[in-house]
Amino acid sequence: MATIQVDIVSAEGAIHSGIASMVYASAELGEVGIAPRHTAFISRLRPGDVRVENAAGEQEHFYVSGGVLEVQPMAVTVLADTAIRAHDLDEAAALEAKRRAEDALAGQTAEFEYAKAQSELAEAIAQLRAIEKMRKMRRG
Amino acid sequence: MAGAKEVRTKIASIKSTQKITKAMQMVAASKMRRAQERMAASKPYAQKMLEVISHLARATPEYRHSFMAVERERKRVGYIVVSSDRGLCGGLNSNLFRRLIAEIKEQRALGVDPAFCTIGTKALGFFKRFGGSVLAQATHLGDKPHVEELIGTVRVMLDAFEEKKIDAIYIASNEFVNTMTQKPVIRQLVPLVPGERQSMPLHWDYIYEPDAHTVLDSLLTRYIESLVYQAVVENGACEQAARMVAMKSASDNAGNLISELQLVYNKARQAAITQEISEIVSGAAAV
Repeated sequence: MATIQVDIVSAEGAIHSGIASMVYASAELGEVGIAPRHTAFISRLRPGDVRVENAAGEQEHFYVSGGVLEVQPMAVTVLADTAIRAHDLDEAAALEAKRRAEDALAGQTAEFEYAKAQSELAEAIAQLRAIEKMRKMRRG
Repeated sequence: MAGAKEVRTKIASIKSTQKITKAMQMVAASKMRRAQERMAASKPYAQKMLEVISHLARATPEYRHSFMAVERERKRVGYIVVSSDRGLCGGLNSNLFRRLIAEIKEQRALGVDPAFCTIGTKALGFFKRFGGSVLAQATHLGDKPHVEELIGTVRVMLDAFEEKKIDAIYIASNEFVNTMTQKPVIRQLVPLVPGERQSMPLHWDYIYEPDAHTVLDSLLTRYIESLVYQAVVENGACEQAARMVAMKSASDNAGNLISELQLVYNKARQAAITQEISEIVSGAAAV
């Protein structure tokens, strides 16, 4: 039986690698099924399942939140995204990064909050220690 | 025996410091191994992407994405500066910043204005002191950085490039040579540095869905993101390696200090004993 090499990789690491007899994925223009010796094909993927069927007919499911599907006659590669991507979402992330930079340079940072919290904690601990000492002194 | 007691408390405090540095060294060693694995794991994705991109670039020569365009005249360049979030890792960050300052001076001499994007708290702190326009930042990525956390930062730079506010994007980060050596490097990200162009071995092309340009566009952004991600992961491995080495030498130094202090302590104790005996003897002689 003809088989095809399947690799699902993301920027953070390989997700799956193996041999399959059929691969299904939700491409940009609809669900596609890739059989061995498929012609070279490339498409963007929509968020959804990638199903890999092995020779025994067992299916494995992988969820991808988008990415690119590349098909060569003997190999399928899914370049999976690790996050849901959309134009406006990316835009929001960009704005967030900008805002962080502005905030940080203005001195209103989380860092500052953290330092403040830490000093408050140190103060509280010192107070507790003082109280404990006083108690001991009274007893002694 | 006041002197001896002082020395003893000092030894105790150095010992506890040594315990901490030793623990940090061991933690860094195991984290470094994991970071190196992460580094290796991110390689196939970028590799595959580069293959597809170079195929697309060859297959559709009439379409040139702005990221692949020929160099334009440089008035302003962007730097993505990758640093660690935490200190205690030797000269890792300061070496990088020193290299960056030299680069900036060179660029300024050519009349090019730099803009920055920082990843990691140390870089942010550096630009706060050093000055310079920081367009975006990302901090607290932790030991296990994710691509999502970098999307925004990279996007700001890419947008600025598309709007022609900056004419090139560089990335400054540390390269992991081996555990003992980390090298600060500055590489060009955009426009993409063309690799060696092989002629197409076979004339075949993909079926595109929806079309070549759309696919190429989304691939390019992801490719650049993955390069930044790789730099972040590699810098993480560098950070752990540098910390491991720094903590090892700190532990060794603490050991030396302790043995020196031990000598001082022994001498002080001996002196006290001698004094006591001589007092007793002279007291007995007086009786």
